[in-house]
Order: sequence, then structure tokens, then C-alpha cells
Amino acid sequence: MTTSSLTPTRDWWRIPQRYVPVLATLTLLLVMYGVGVSQYRAFSNIQVVFNVFIDNGFLLVVAVGMTFVILTGGIDLSVGSVVAMTAMMSASLLQGGVHPAAVLVVALLVGPTLGFLMGCVIHFFDIQPFIVTLAGMFFARGMCTFISKSSIPITDPFWTSMAQERIGDPKGNFVSISVLVAFAVVLVGAFVLAYTRLGRNVHAIGGNQQSALLMGLPVGQTKIAVYVISGLCSAIGGILLSFYTLSGAPLIAVGMELDVIAAVVIGGTVLTGGSGYVFGTVLGVLVLGVIKTLITFDGSLNSWWTKIVIGGLLFAFILLQRLIGIRKK
Amino acid sequence: MSGRQPVLTMTEISKSFPGVRALDGVDFRLFPGEVHALMGENGAGKSTLIKVLTGVYSHDAGTIELAGQQVSFTGPMQAAAAGVSTVYQEVNLCANLSVAENIFIGREPRTLGAIRWGEMRRRARDLLAQLDLHIDVSQLLGTYSLAVQQMVAIARAIDIQARVLILDEPTSSLDATEVEQLFRIMRQLREQGIAIIFVTHFLDQVYGIADRITVLRNGRLVGEYPTAELPQLALVEKMIGKELDVLESLDEQSKRDLAALEASTPFLQAEELGRKGSVAPFSLTIHAGEVVGLAGLLGSGRTEVARLLFGADRADHGRTSVDGKPAALRNPIAAIGHDIAFCSENRRTEGLVGELSVRENIILAMQAARGWLRPIPRRRQDELVDKYVKALSIRPADPEIPVRNLSGGNQQKVLLARWLITEPRLLILDEPTRGIDVGAKAEIQKLVVQLSDGGMAVLFISAELEEVLRLSHKIAVMRDRQLVTELANDHTVDADRVMQTIASGTHHEGARA
Amino acid sequence: MSTSKARWAAVTAHSLFWPAVALVALLVANTIYRPGFLTVEMKDGHLYGSLVDILRLAAPLILVGLGMTLVIATGGIDLSVGSMCAISGAIACLHISQQPDQNALSGVLVALALGIGLSLVLGAWNGALVSIIGIQPIIATLILMVAGRGLAQLITEGQIITINSEPYKSVGVGYLLTLPLAIFIAAGVALLVAAVTRRTALGMIIEAVGGNAEASRLAGIRSARITFLVYVISAVCAGIAGFMVTANVSSADGNAAGLWIELDAILAVVIGGTSLAGGRFSLSGTILGALLIQTLTTTVYAMNISPQTSLLFKAVVVIIVCLVQAPAFRARFARRRPVAPAAPTAADQSKEQVPA
Repeated sequence: MTTSSLTPTRDWWRIPQRYVPVLATLTLLLVMYGVGVSQYRAFSNIQVVFNVFIDNGFLLVVAVGMTFVILTGGIDLSVGSVVAMTAMMSASLLQGGVHPAAVLVVALLVGPTLGFLMGCVIHFFDIQPFIVTLAGMFFARGMCTFISKSSIPITDPFWTSMAQERIGDPKGNFVSISVLVAFAVVLVGAFVLAYTRLGRNVHAIGGNQQSALLMGLPVGQTKIAVYVISGLCSAIGGILLSFYTLSGAPLIAVGMELDVIAAVVIGGTVLTGGSGYVFGTVLGVLVLGVIKTLITFDGSLNSWWTKIVIGGLLFAFILLQRLIGIRKK
Repeated sequence: MSGRQPVLTMTEISKSFPGVRALDGVDFRLFPGEVHALMGENGAGKSTLIKVLTGVYSHDAGTIELAGQQVSFTGPMQAAAAGVSTVYQEVNLCANLSVAENIFIGREPRTLGAIRWGEMRRRARDLLAQLDLHIDVSQLLGTYSLAVQQMVAIARAIDIQARVLILDEPTSSLDATEVEQLFRIMRQLREQGIAIIFVTHFLDQVYGIADRITVLRNGRLVGEYPTAELPQLALVEKMIGKELDVLESLDEQSKRDLAALEASTPFLQAEELGRKGSVAPFSLTIHAGEVVGLAGLLGSGRTEVARLLFGADRADHGRTSVDGKPAALRNPIAAIGHDIAFCSENRRTEGLVGELSVRENIILAMQAARGWLRPIPRRRQDELVDKYVKALSIRPADPEIPVRNLSGGNQQKVLLARWLITEPRLLILDEPTRGIDVGAKAEIQKLVVQLSDGGMAVLFISAELEEVLRLSHKIAVMRDRQLVTELANDHTVDADRVMQTIASGTHHEGARA
Repeated sequence: MSTSKARWAAVTAHSLFWPAVALVALLVANTIYRPGFLTVEMKDGHLYGSLVDILRLAAPLILVGLGMTLVIATGGIDLSVGSMCAISGAIACLHISQQPDQNALSGVLVALALGIGLSLVLGAWNGALVSIIGIQPIIATLILMVAGRGLAQLITEGQIITINSEPYKSVGVGYLLTLPLAIFIAAGVALLVAAVTRRTALGMIIEAVGGNAEASRLAGIRSARITFLVYVISAVCAGIAGFMVTANVSSADGNAAGLWIELDAILAVVIGGTSLAGGRFSLSGTILGALLIQTLTTTVYAMNISPQTSLLFKAVVVIIVCLVQAPAFRARFARRRPVAPAAPTAADQSKEQVPA
């Protein structure tokens, strides 16, 4: 008896199916960029790419957190509100004359704390993440108006310097501090997912929670951890947003959770969990950013087309995931 | 063996769930270097005992000693760390992770918190090579067959320096070759002094590999025996706890004139019906009033045949005809339209809707056939339900309680009642007597005889050969997802002959019995 | 004494007990805060009062909630209802705004028909994604939730369409037989949905599909059709709610109309005791849930707290309701009182022994 009969033969040239969605996103991104470059001369300017990052840095950070949550098979609807709450809280504390360092610390603690509480409810009481984070979303949005009913401007010198600092080459192309922060978050996120036990446990839980439990993995801790991570990323995203807008507004980032989820899905992460990459999420955010840029460049198209196109892409990628799922069976 | 110290001693273990005493003062000993079969019918307490041992459940009373030290694990991970590893029936690994990860997750080699992937893969390759399994460990586990996945699960278990390895029904989804490979590994591990607890429903496999047998029944210990001193029949008696006489009484009345049956137009005729990856093309005819038994090992394609005939899976090959006229059984609705009914072996997942009441479950198929716009009047519902609750003696006799609160046997009867009220002409029963108590089993067998006497065709699938032999007029034997032969169930046919047919061609542990 | 205890236990165990208690508590709190809260006055042949307002304002939520109940009962969810409200409201307002005489009944009826028709199409889209292609409901409806807002804005061309049509306005704020017309519409749809589900076998079949989809398929139920149907019903309910929302303010705003109503509706369904996992559903529970949510919102308004802050209270309600209904939470809670559950078990056993 040989074991070879148990081993399926494999075509070496075949792309493993787990990479198909990410490659599809990459292709889409390149095509869209190509279309942009061929249609508008100004599009080929490298600053256009940088601007996509500058405008979407906070989205990218939040999407990294969301990737963790979706990989476990969960979802976090509270991110938009937590972003807004963090920005509001920072603006309000700064207005009250609190030292910027202290503001940063407080702002970075609130999001994860809320995430921790949501994670605990999800894990200990076995309630669907969708409904718990919905409560979190209500709570954080309510806190925004509780802090102030109107927008609070930020005049703190540290914040303004962070907002205006340009890091660039001699030709005048530049990125903001926020972009560097976002890159740092992406790198840390990618490392944690690929090279730490926490990251692998996240994948395992998304693949089969029951198995993860029986293999003795710390399922509860990991599930709580992903909501803390998502809360932390939302908090960082909130601070970056306050750098970007230099204010805190109670109704900012409404519906942002949808953009984030769309970016993660377009980036190839499977919504049922277990499969996905932070790198894919970066591509997903870039796709969203390039769509917005293309629509801005076009001028004749209106902003609502962004939503329709994102919806269409969401449909296409969900269909792709579904087809791959069927083929696996 | 008595001279040695047991590696594991469980004493006076008791465990209760609301309303059920799952374990009642059970003792269990396990010696190093033995394969110890844990036997019992469904509900005997095997899984509970294992879950108590591995800390999935806490026990109410009793002590567990591992290598002379009293232990009480809080979970599988702690148990594994102490050397008690478990491989479950439905491979509990993550199909979306690589083979290497599945072996090492939770224990990955790391430097400063970062996983060393290269070393992990190398170690996984080495470990699997010991089990004679040479596969690409960086591929996702889900791309490999169940058998390979099972081996990977064992590799994971033994790498945790296991002293006690629990194999909980590891063979139920493996074919004969794969079982042989598993046994080889088990023997190898036994040589190394690992103690193996082997839970299985296959008697032949127990006699093929186990050194000793512990039998549980209704949460109590029946006894512990060296395999050589316990003949199969005695084992079955100890597991079931009753003489088989109740069931034997059926024996003669079901035999009828086969020639007359064969002369009539068949009710259902399948020609070269098949589906890729499921079952090879087969031909089968079923006449009105005939009981056709499907015999074969688990995974031999019995259920797949039933599903094709009912349209639960779509055939990609062959034809079917009903009453001599072509009839495509494309989906369950088409099959039901031709008066075919199917009781799935998985009552809970494919049969009943647990939340709905007994009444609603019973009328479900009839209502579905009428369409939702034509509800069955409530009075008619009550009449029908009352009739069958009485006829099948479904307990408790309250049709308004959720069906999930019923015992397995009563759930099976509810499922039967659902189809009987539709007055089918062919009833497909897939393992109707599995996991239910002996009394209910006898009732269901009697019912099959009655129904066929009344002119209904029955396709009867069971893992228990005796049962198939007792009830069927004709036996179709399945092997390796092929229908190998049809035997008329006359005096020339007995269990041995069917067994031989099932096992023919390859050396199989089961052939010994 | 034991029977009254058992009866009390049966009442408290009823899935609608705690929502009803919460609703009564809110009403009592309001009455204490503002003694005139419960009074209903007759003015110009119309009834006025906070209670009437609550009923009127709850009407859109009840409508959306009814459709959502059926969707959730099949084990699905419909996130796109808010966008549907915006779309149907937008198309109706657009049509009316293009009429020479906005008060002409025929124009309004055509507008309503257009809105319902578009809702049917969008519901069919959702239904097809879920039942034919087999995409998870939460994901399938997410598509229209995102794109639907864009569609609504596309219809209104990013503007807020203001109309001046009495017949259309009456859908939201009109009166009939002393009571707001919206209440009658909501009640009518509720009765219709109840009749369609409970007078036919649809309700049971939905519950069967939601409780066990595979078992239902093998019992010969055309699950795909049923699933498709509930998304269409949900879309139509949302479409009608969209008319009310836009009629209330006589304008269609693609961004704001029906914003977050999907979340309120899901909340109403969950408060009403229908499990998010599917299976058994309760229409009356959903209506109670919707009334509870609207009462909470009205209370918050009445106490002069900003409407956004009312979200804080909603968050608390969501968590409490979910915790109370979560088996895991109940188990924990019950463990602290080990005596109580023992009694009913004994009673059950003795009951079972009688027939045997």
C-alpha cells in the first residue's frame, strides 16, 4: 500500500485559490489606474497616488482592524461611530486645555475599552457580533452628541503641526504624517496576522471555531482581542481624522463602517471568516480611493456614483467569493 | 498486564445533565501500550466519559488519576499538555490553515514571538513521514481527503507527547485501505508505549485491533474484558443488554413469494443512475410491496443511492422510471410528486425542524406538497396527527410540544409519520433504527413489515446486517460506492455471504467475522 | 399557591413579558415626568396626544419591522430596507414634483405605484442573490444598503425634492376617522401580513425554512421561492414606509430618508422575541418592539435631550434585550438561583407520567 493514492496531484502552475480574490483586486486596481492615466493627464502625477493615501489614511487604519474582526467571522459595525467619538473627544479635551499627550493617551484608550466590552458580551453571552456592535455604534454615536451638539474646531499647535507637516521629495510630492502612521499600522497588522500566535488563532477561529476550541486555542481571548484591536484601530483612525479635518464633528464618518467593510471584502477577505490578507485590505482601500479620485477627475459624475460603483464592486467580489466557494465543494 | 501500573485510572465517575444521569459511578482503567476499545450503544455514556476525561465537562463525583497523580482538567488544552490527546470523529482541525499549522497551532516554534514558519514546516514533514505520509505541508488542509486529515489530526495528537491517545470514532469516514493504514499507525504507537482509547461502532475493527474492551450501557459500567475472552455475540449482548429474542419473532412473516413480486411491473426502476464523486452508475428496481435492503459499510454509497433516488442530490448519469414510464427525479419535489418519501439518517439536520411542534413536523411534507396557499384545515391536521401519534405510539402524546424535546426514537417516529400521512408508494428509510432504544427499534421493524404487506415499496438502509437480512426481500450490496450485486433474500443468503460480498476482492479486517 | 406561582412563571417566561414591562415602565415614567402625557384630546375632529403621536411616528418602523420579521424568521436579514425607503420615497416624490397639478390624486397614485414597483424589483434582486445565487443574506443585502443610497441620490440628483401635494402628504400626516391615516396603513399592512402568514401555511413554512433549511428542502418545500418571497415582502413594506417617511416632511432626501431604520427594525424584531437565528417569529412582538423603540425616542425628545443622544439609550436597550434573551446569560443568571429551576422540572416529569 502506498500513500501516493492519498495525495492529490497538483498542477504546479495553478494559482492557489486563496490568492485569486487578492489578485483580482490587484488587477482591478491596475486597470482603474490605467484608465485614469489614459483619460486624464494629471492622473499620472505621482501626487495623485499620494493623495489617495492622504485622503484615505484613516480608512486604511480602520480597515486593518476590521480585517481582524472579519477574519474571525465577526463584524464590527461600531467603527464609524468610534472614529467620530475619538475625534470628538480629542477636540473637546483639547478645547478644555488638556495637554495633547494626555489627549492622545485618553483617545487611544476609549476605543479599545469599548471594543473590549463588546468582545466580552459577544464571547461570554454568545450574542451575535452584528447586534452587539450595533449597540456599540449607537453608544459611540450617542456619546458624540453628548459631548457636543456642534462641531468643535481644533487649534492645538501639536495637532495643527501634525495636520500640516509634509514629508516629501524635492519635486514637491509629499505625504502626511497620517500616511506614515497608516503604513505603520498596516505593517504591524500584517505581521501580527502572519507571524504571531494571536494572528494564526484569528485565522483558526474564522475557519472553524469548534475545532479551534478543541485544539485548545484561546478562542475567547482571541475573539475579545480582535474587537479590542478593531477599537484601537478605530481610535487611531479617529485621531488621524481629527488631524485631517482639525475638528471634531458629531456626524462625521456616518456610514463609514460600510466603506470599511466594502474595502475589506473587495480586498479579498471572506466575510464568513478564515481567509484574507492585510495586503488585500490595502488594495481594497486603494480601489475605493481611486474610484473617488476618478469620479472627482471626471467632474461630470456626481458623488453618489461612488456609492453605486462600490455597491457594484461589492457585488462582483462577493459573487467571486461565492463561485470559488462552490468550486471548492 | 495486571502486573503493570495503569497509566490512567478513572474511579466512580458520575455526571448528570438536567434530567439525564449520563454517567453513574463508572470505573475505567487504561494501561500503557494497549489499545482499549470503549464500547456501548448510542447514549451509553462513551462520549461523556471522554469529555469528562479531557475536561470538556466537569464531573460531579469520582476521581481521575493519570500516572498516579490525581488530575482534573479544565479543558482539552490542559489535558493535552498533561499527555491526554483526542482525535475526534469529524476531524476537528481548520481546513483553511495549512497542514503544518494544523499540527502546530498553539505550539508554534517562535523567536521573540514571531513564528518560525520554515522550522514548523520541516518539523511537520518529519512528523508525517513517521506516519508514512508524504504530502506538501504548506498546502491548505482542506485540499486533502478526510483520511489524510485524520492522519494529520493524529500527528498533532502524538506530537503533544501523548501518553494517552483518544480516537473517537476515527474510522467512520474511512475506506478499508485507509482503516488499515490507521491501524498500522495505531500498532506503531502501541509499540511506543502509548495507551490508546478506541471508540468505534464497528465490531470487526474492535476485534481487529483492540487488546481489551470496556463496555458501558446507560451510563453504567458493564465490565472490562480482554478481547480474546469476549466473543462478538457476548459483546453485542452486553452492549444491548437484552436478548435479541424480541426482534427474532419477526423473522418468518416477512418472507413472501418473491417470484410474484418480480413478475409485476416495478414501481421504480433506475438504470445506470449515478453521480460523479458520489456513487458509480447503478441499476435497481423496486416493486410495490417489496422491501429492498441496501447493505454495505458506512461510506459505501448507501446513503448516496437513496439521495439520488429521492432527488436530494441530482444524478448526472442514467435514467429513472416510475410505473414503467420515464420520470426524472431531479429534486425532492419531483420525487415526492411520484409518491416517493425519504427519511434521512440525520434526523436532526436533514429531517426534523426542532423548534416546530410535533404536529407541524408531521404535516410539513403534506403541506409542502399542497403549497402554502392551501393550508390543511386545522381539524384535518389534528385528525391525522392524532391517528399517527396513536398508531406509532409517539411519546409524549402531546402534539404541540417542540419536536426537539422528544427522544431519538420518538423523533424517528415523527419523521416516519410525516411521510406516512402523504401515503407514499415508496418509502426510503436511511438508518431508521440508528441511535434509538431497542423497543422503538422493534416497533419500526414491525412497521416496515406491515407497510410492505400493505403494498408499499420500501428501500431499507441499515448498517446492521442482521436487520437488513431480517426485513428485506432483496438485498443490494454496496461496496466502495458501487452497487456490486443484488441477492434474493432466500435461505441461501446469510450474514456471512453478504459480508463476503462486501469484503470480496480485498483483504479486510471485517472479513474475519 | 403553587398554581398561581406556576402561572406567574408562565407569564414571565412569555417572550413578550419583558418588552411589555419595559413599555409600561416607560409610559409610567413619562406620566410621572409629565402628568399630561397620557391625555388624548379631541380637536377639530382629530385626536391629539402623545400616545397618538407615538402610534403615528411608529408606523414606518412597524411596517419595516413586519417585513424584517419574516426575513429574520427564514434565518436571513435585510440590511437594505433603509435604502429602499429612500428610493421609494425619492421616486414617488420625483414623479409628483413633475406633475402639473401635484394635488391630483391620479398622479399621486401613479407615484405610489412607481415606488412599490421599484421596491418589488429591488426586493427581487435581494431575493435572487440570497435564494438563487446563495449569498449570505447579511452580505447580499449589504450591497443594496451601500448602492441603494447612491441610487436614491441618483433619482433626486443629489437634491432634496420638495413637493406640495396634499394627497401624498396625507400618507404621513393625514387623518381618517379621528386617527392618523398612517396608523391605519400600518395596521392594515400588519393585518394583511398576519393573514398571509397565519391564515395560509406560509408562516409555518417560513418557520420551517428558518428552523432547518435542509430538512425543509427534503420535505419538499420550495425553500428558494419562500426565501425569495420574504425579501420581496420586506422590500414592499420598506417601500410603503418610505412613502410615510417622505410624506411626513413633504420632501425626499436620498441621504437622510430612512437612515438607520434597518437597525431600528432589527432591534424591534429582536425585542419582539424573534430569534436572529431564524425559526419561530412573532408579528405582534415586532409591533410591540417598534412601539417600545418609538416611545423611547419620544421620551428622549420630551425630556429635551438631543435626538442623537437617544442613541445612547437605544444602545442600553439593545444590550439589555439581547442579554435577557441570550441563553448563555440566562444560564448564568439561573445558576445563581439553583432552587427555582428544579421545581418546574419535577412538575414536568409528573405531567409526563400521567399519560404513560
